[in-house]
Amino acid sequence: MRRRHFLGTTAALGGLGLLAACAPGSDSDGGDASAPAAEEVETDIASLGEVTLTVWDQEVRGAQNDAIEALIEAFEKEYPNVTVDRVSQSFDDLQQQTGLALSGNDVPDVLQVNNARGDMGTYVADSLLTDLTGYAEAYGWTDRFAPSVLSKMMYSADGVTFGEGSLYGLPQTGEICGIYYSQKKLDDLGLEAPTTWDELFSLVEAAQEAGEQPIMLGNLDQWPALHVFGPLQAHFVPAEEIVTLGMGNAGADWTSQENVDALAQLAEWGTSGAMGDSPNGLAYDDAWPLYAEGTGVLLIGGSWLAPDMEAVMGEDLRFMAPPPGADGTVATTGGTGIPFSIPAAAENKDVAAAYIDFLTSDEAMQLIADNGGMPVNRTAELAPDSGVNKDVYEAFDAVSTDGTLLPYLDYATPSFADTAGATLQEVIGGQTEPEAAAEALQEDYGEFTEGT
Amino acid sequence: MTATTASGHPAQGSAADGRSSRGRGADGHPRRPRRAGRPSAVARSRAAPLLFLLPAFAVYAAFALYPLGRAAQFSLFEWRGFGSSTFVGLDNYADLAGDAAFRAAIGNALVLILFYAVIPLVVGLVLAAVLRRGQVRGMGVFRTVIFLPQVIALVVVAVAWRQIYSPVGPLNQLLDAVGLGALARGWLGDPSTALIAVGVIGTWIEMGLVMLLMLSGMSRIPQELFEAARLDGAGPVKEFFAIILPAVRGEITVALVLTIIAALKTFDLVYMTTSGGPGNSTTVPSYEVYFRAFDLREVGSASAVAIVLTVLIFAINVGVTRIGERES
Repeated sequence: MRRRHFLGTTAALGGLGLLAACAPGSDSDGGDASAPAAEEVETDIASLGEVTLTVWDQEVRGAQNDAIEALIEAFEKEYPNVTVDRVSQSFDDLQQQTGLALSGNDVPDVLQVNNARGDMGTYVADSLLTDLTGYAEAYGWTDRFAPSVLSKMMYSADGVTFGEGSLYGLPQTGEICGIYYSQKKLDDLGLEAPTTWDELFSLVEAAQEAGEQPIMLGNLDQWPALHVFGPLQAHFVPAEEIVTLGMGNAGADWTSQENVDALAQLAEWGTSGAMGDSPNGLAYDDAWPLYAEGTGVLLIGGSWLAPDMEAVMGEDLRFMAPPPGADGTVATTGGTGIPFSIPAAAENKDVAAAYIDFLTSDEAMQLIADNGGMPVNRTAELAPDSGVNKDVYEAFDAVSTDGTLLPYLDYATPSFADTAGATLQEVIGGQTEPEAAAEALQEDYGEFTEGT
Repeated sequence: MTATTASGHPAQGSAADGRSSRGRGADGHPRRPRRAGRPSAVARSRAAPLLFLLPAFAVYAAFALYPLGRAAQFSLFEWRGFGSSTFVGLDNYADLAGDAAFRAAIGNALVLILFYAVIPLVVGLVLAAVLRRGQVRGMGVFRTVIFLPQVIALVVVAVAWRQIYSPVGPLNQLLDAVGLGALARGWLGDPSTALIAVGVIGTWIEMGLVMLLMLSGMSRIPQELFEAARLDGAGPVKEFFAIILPAVRGEITVALVLTIIAALKTFDLVYMTTSGGPGNSTTVPSYEVYFRAFDLREVGSASAVAIVLTVLIFAINVGVTRIGERES
């Protein structure tokens, strides 16, 4: 009886709460979708009087943090009327706050926004970010950045098309997925670093026959396989089509024969043991230390692993961009660090643009390189004289200027990280046939591109 | 998230006990009121008991009922967590019915109940009965060791077990060493073993809690009962079923409620070990809530899952408590 009474009261109170509370979110836009033309842009920052610039970033790790702090100091020295109020937090924290922050009234002037569709794409569609095209013209950013890099920050104003349209952010650093190899193991096998995919496939077979694990992969986390599949896909599928698929734009098809062939190749590597006995059972962060300590001939993965693995392997560790793909040019998964954007409701947009310009200037690139990061521009000329970072810088430069930087496949749709992660895991484990996997990927991609 | 409030109840009960004993004098008798005379009008009014409840209720309402109500409200909208929202009625719930990931999550959660609640209960009961009988040396150490998993942060537990289950980890090394190398595999990467592997971690964690609860229940059983039973010729097994089991029925109910809640709201273990993979084979409702809200930005659907989960936990535990009460 007493319990029933309590339940009744609770239900009544809950119902009252429901009635009283307003609908979640608000219908008002964060600000007008402002897009100043180049001649409206004020680049004379010193003339703007005392300004406090609020900046939210996620560059919290050692070297990145040092680089940003040095840049802010230099920026404040150049413009004594500007004070930078920096708020830094982890990527996850920033990512989860961004939506709420942008739709509120008190927005930062500069903030780092992940360029995936689920993040930047939705904010662009809601007119929460400033179109930077005018600033790009005023500051000459289109000359500074390679087109395949800039396209990763471009959306149509309605957020539907990704990769072209207006510019919504600028990155400082670059990253690329490529092939790590152990020079010593290749020497032992009597082989050279592969220059074509066929050479790569025979290298895998030769290594397996010699009793070595050809490729190291730790795919318990689901996403690492995407960094293997991306470069591999470029061998079978024209880069342009992968870009369309990866950016979630309409017009491509996962179930094409080329895509199925690429998935079949991944399945063969997975089930034949070329990637170890149980790549799906091994964690990513357990896999690369194993590789560094001598298991596996190749490791296909991101450039960010280079410094940590080099610390163990030294000169033995080498890195290369994948061999030229289906259309004869080098194409591999890669991208940029998290871009810096200006919210639509920001107060000091001109200063914010000047700050972003400063962060991506030639001097800034030098500073990032000095701190051990990989600058997105001037990569080839800033490459160190030796070590694996020399390979990494050169590979990034080759791909971003002469080849195609393929988008991360999980940019495509808000749910694609999960769909592709689970599907590729099943392909590698042999639980799903390549054709069925292609259909699962197409279902997610097709539903998204037709739905918008 | 709302589910955590349910596990707060036992703690509230014990706090109330502590408060009542404080009102007594050193000799154990109630203290006399310092001021004689009629109680004030406020104290005499019928609202007085409710006034006493008010502070606690205000906190409970602000941090449990209000969020629960908001979650229920969100579940009726299509909303990305920012910007505008669209009222869709019960569509989010209707969608769940046909959602393979959600059904997999519920199915997995029910399997996990076996590992989190049923197996620990059986093992914990037997362990406690054995420990109670045999006056083992170093009993305190033993108890502490079994209880230890409860004290360690779940993220640490998950990372440790991920190492154990790794294809090159200790479990496979052990199997190799005893000649069972053919059984070795990537335990968390194989759809047929991943859920069981996660479940075993749950068993390991909950066993200690259940055992401790059972031990405390058994310590209340008068020694004479056992002596009488022994005089009548009862062996340890008979003794277990005739005396111990009926005596700890209350503890069993409490243990089941706590462990079933733990099973249904598992998040950290899955998040840290498998991220719900391979495929959908280890996804659980709490993970779906997180995934939908923060990765897919479908706050409405995430709230719907959370509400269904809350109702499920509530229903199962009402069932467990009812059965426990009826039998005693």
